[in-house]
Amino acid sequence: MDLPTLWFWIVAALFVGYFVLDGFDFGVGMSLPFLGKDDTDRRVLINTIGPVWDLNETWVIVAGAAIFAAFPEWYATLFSGFYLALLLILLALIIRGVSFEYRHQRPELAWKRRFDLMITVGSAVPAFLWGVAFANIVQGVPLDADHNFTGTFFSLLNPYALLGGLTTLLLFFTHGVYFVALKTDGEIRARARRLGVRASILTIMVAAGFLAWTVLAFGTLLGTAFAAVAAVALIGSAIANGRGREGTAFALMAVTIAAAVLALFSSLFPAVMPASNDVANSLTIANASSSTYTLTIMSWTALIFLPLVLAYQAWTYWTFRKRITRAHIDAAAH
Amino acid sequence: MEDLLDPLALSRWQFGLTTIYHFLFVPITIGMASVVAVYQTMWVRTGKIVYLQLVHFLGKIFLINFAMGVVTGIVQEFQFGMNWSNYSRFVGDVFGAPLALEGLLAFFLEATFIGLWIFGWDKLPPKLHLVTIWAVAVGTILSAYFIIAANAFMQNPVGYTINEAKGRAELVDIGAVLTNPVALAAFPHTILAAFMVTAGVMIAVAAWHLKRNQNIETMRPTLKFGLWLMVGAFAGTALSGDQLSLVMVDTQPMKMAAAEAMYNTSTGADASFSIFTLGTPDGVHELFSIRIPYLLSFLSTHTFDGTVEGINDLQAQYVQLYGPGDYTPVIWVTYWAFRWMIGLGAAHALVAVVGLWLTRKGRTPTAKWVWTIAIWASPMSLLAMSVGWVFTEMGRQPWIVFSLMKTSDAVSPNVSGLEVLISIIAFTIVYGILAVVEFRLILKTAQKGPEPIELEGDDPEDPAAKPIVRATVY
Repeated sequence: MDLPTLWFWIVAALFVGYFVLDGFDFGVGMSLPFLGKDDTDRRVLINTIGPVWDLNETWVIVAGAAIFAAFPEWYATLFSGFYLALLLILLALIIRGVSFEYRHQRPELAWKRRFDLMITVGSAVPAFLWGVAFANIVQGVPLDADHNFTGTFFSLLNPYALLGGLTTLLLFFTHGVYFVALKTDGEIRARARRLGVRASILTIMVAAGFLAWTVLAFGTLLGTAFAAVAAVALIGSAIANGRGREGTAFALMAVTIAAAVLALFSSLFPAVMPASNDVANSLTIANASSSTYTLTIMSWTALIFLPLVLAYQAWTYWTFRKRITRAHIDAAAH
Repeated sequence: MEDLLDPLALSRWQFGLTTIYHFLFVPITIGMASVVAVYQTMWVRTGKIVYLQLVHFLGKIFLINFAMGVVTGIVQEFQFGMNWSNYSRFVGDVFGAPLALEGLLAFFLEATFIGLWIFGWDKLPPKLHLVTIWAVAVGTILSAYFIIAANAFMQNPVGYTINEAKGRAELVDIGAVLTNPVALAAFPHTILAAFMVTAGVMIAVAAWHLKRNQNIETMRPTLKFGLWLMVGAFAGTALSGDQLSLVMVDTQPMKMAAAEAMYNTSTGADASFSIFTLGTPDGVHELFSIRIPYLLSFLSTHTFDGTVEGINDLQAQYVQLYGPGDYTPVIWVTYWAFRWMIGLGAAHALVAVVGLWLTRKGRTPTAKWVWTIAIWASPMSLLAMSVGWVFTEMGRQPWIVFSLMKTSDAVSPNVSGLEVLISIIAFTIVYGILAVVEFRLILKTAQKGPEPIELEGDDPEDPAAKPIVRATVY
């Protein structure tokens, strides 16, 4: 495998990490109005992701930096082209991030409700827009000869991309609800499982449509294989949730999201930003990548440090493996 | 209307605004992480409850800040691609590497261990829990190093070659990029300045409580720590700043000339340092000036008879080298930013020296106005740091990468002025609201003071009794 190909898959892996991890905390954020009957419930929900949302979000920063360093042309085209969509994602991530830290700073219920709403909106907007963005990348966008995006914000909102956005929104929502069922106990756990059943049915219908469209319109052999894995895992996770196998449901949902992301990247390869107007203007791993020297340096760094990062992040999840209940919240509040 | 929607001007404003705003939170994050880690180390070693109270108290102020630093930092990374795509295409091969290294080596570390620190109090053994806050502290400092190395490439490009076929700069020596003389001087300068900002917060908070004669057992040590930290960090900031000026004269003589608004090349006594000058912006007429002879020569070359090049000569040289154009930054901005940076930083350190004298040998001033000054002095280091960055970045103009690419060539060609305007308005509103919320929260937390910590068991004097330490509950 040559270095640009390796880095294409490293970028894919970073996005797998990002969507699998931040995906479930987006889902928990979106589930607040559905699963949190009162303030204590909502604190239980937020505490399930409290120790990890920040490290989950870091994956997108590293993914962005990896694209910048490994595929500067792709980074430039993508980020300037999707300007307003990324602006919305940034604003959502900002208000969501500070809300986690600020909601518990004052005792008034109105104060907390305001930040709960910001967490929900701040989770839903990126969950939807990341799907829109990735569907557009796979589908291709109009590019000029200098690889600059020539469309508008509204040309990004086409049917395939909107379906992609809805798919990620629902996948992350269900992923989050499964996570709540896995991490809590008592009343909330039961509510999460019931909501998981309904959410999974809707998710299966929408995701099936999107995956089928992707395979039929842009499918490669590898992409189709990943889409099939995603479909099987998605149905498996719904069955596991129905049977009360919470760990299995969550793990299979993680597999679903990982396989779906890999299906999109496989459909894309070897392009990174196909031009919908003229294939000659497309960005590929060959014409978008950095020099061999830069990629070599980065490969060594990633080879040494990614396993270390994975190890200490896994340890974090292990440290906070216990279920959280209302009793914890009451005890800690004295 | 056309001027209002100029993508270049708007993108520059956006970068300036979001960067200065981001950098209001970064110094406190960098400095406070280490201060909290030091207090927690003292707690683990001595078991004195005062230290644990301070860890919780300063830790809370730290966390309110940390969240803002993180979320505004994502904007910084994204806007290189969003607003400056031509820049990203041109330097991504070189500039992207330190950013990716920051993410892998520093950012993951900070973000993971901050969660372990906040929620790990009752889940990890004390010594292991202590490691988590040190990991955060190391992460913040590493993070700053990589970002400064990236920035240093813009000030003084090294370790690259130009690939004509691809029309871009390519990395040939990562070691050179990471040991860029500008980075090696700017890194300690920035970190130590961040410690000054942190010390300012500690002094102000302690002074507020001591003025009211409350929480003396926790606030007096905080005050002393803050005062010593301020004085020590200032000494380091000044020394590294001196190193940085030497490097700057070497690599960006125009920036030094602009810092002095010195139009003509001068030697020895003529190369005087102006403390204060009133004149016309073009430097033709000088109305009033206070100058110290030889000082500029000494600062720039470390000799009294050194020659310092003036703006006019440099401009002529640059026209020869790079073709026709205006190669001078906005002189009044660089001139005043340079002075305010040094002046505010030194003034804050002076306040701390006086504070050390007034509180020597266990004394505590009783006059309220002494404390009032200490409280109101607290923004000075932060302002010094902000104008320091304004100086660094404005002094680089018109270059985005000195001698290689102009800022005007770096902007995204396909992003409209309207889009940038929308994003400036959105950031201004959101950042503005958050600034007010954050400031009030910090003020409220600081004024509430350290909270008492209960001890398990009957005898509070019993050193074996373990205090109840709870995880933060959201």
